[in-house]
Amino acid sequence: MEQLPQEYYQLLEEIQSVDFVIVELTLYLDTHPDDYNALQQYNQFAAYSKKLKDNFESLFGPLEQGSLIKNTDYWSWSSSPWPWQV
Amino acid sequence: MENSPNTYTWMKTYQTYHSVYDPCPPLGTRYYSTPPNLYLGFQPPNLEQFQPNKALKKGTLWPILYDYYENPYEKKRR
Amino acid sequence: MWKYEKKLQYPVKVSTCNPTLAKYLIEQYGGADGELAAALRYLNQRYTIPDKVVGLLTDIGTEEFAHLEMIATMIYKLTKDATPEQLKEAGIDAHYVNHDKALFYHNAAGAPFTATYIQAKGDPIADLYEDIAAEEKARATYQWIIDLSDDPDLNDSLRFLREREVVHSQRFREAVEILKEERDRKKIF
Repeated sequence: MEQLPQEYYQLLEEIQSVDFVIVELTLYLDTHPDDYNALQQYNQFAAYSKKLKDNFESLFGPLEQGSLIKNTDYWSWSSSPWPWQV
Repeated sequence: MENSPNTYTWMKTYQTYHSVYDPCPPLGTRYYSTPPNLYLGFQPPNLEQFQPNKALKKGTLWPILYDYYENPYEKKRR
Repeated sequence: MWKYEKKLQYPVKVSTCNPTLAKYLIEQYGGADGELAAALRYLNQRYTIPDKVVGLLTDIGTEEFAHLEMIATMIYKLTKDATPEQLKEAGIDAHYVNHDKALFYHNAAGAPFTATYIQAKGDPIADLYEDIAAEEKARATYQWIIDLSDDPDLNDSLRFLREREVVHSQRFREAVEILKEERDRKKIF
């Protein structure tokens, strides 16, 4: 099977970084629901994550259920490799 | 937050009694971890943050909660 | 409902072919303070805890499944190309005769996962204190695995997971403060 290019790992790690900030802000906001600055930062990162995923998915296929299939003309959701294989 | 992370260690030590009849040579100082979440209290707003890629590597967005762990017995063996 | 994301929360790299490490890591897969127990514990407690902390239990419980997938990835990578002989040398022969290389929910000593690892008292404070204790125990387990492992890349991922336990413990401690309704009275940090 064809191996993934380095670009895959770089773009994925960028998404992992942004999504990690979202996870951290989510837990923080769960106990600090009135922190307006954190809420704004959350919205910024949520929008940025969407943008990064849009680009990634057009190159390497869908990241989640409900994503548009933009990289192939077949059902690439169920194609390898899976996260534990890369 | 009474303890500044710069002057403070998140790793504490203690000694154990060594009997003349103990079969093994003494291990010496014992260690246990007391991570920053034990001291922070309710997290105040607007604390300093790591950049996103650094936050991922560290495992937290906030330096005040960061605690790097390494095997405390490792250095002694060498 | 839940949505699957086709990515790990944190990149998992393993630098050395050392299947023995898989034997230790299984503790965090199907052990008492492992990621499966954590996810099931928090998500189960949601139904009977005050609404103020349901969001936190939902989000931490969900993150635990991402950690379970990271642990599975480590075990998978450490064992997938190992021969039965190598598994035997690594002390995984007893696992192999029963499961081949299939992952199984048991701890490092081979005891199968059990629901008795998970407490659910229905008392919000008792349950949150259990959660705080679970996070500290999982943190300690990661420390002991890091102590035994000499794989720098694996230890990097394990340090990430250990740090997450620190953050989760912090949030559960804040949840206790919220339920105590002391937060607005104490303005001095």
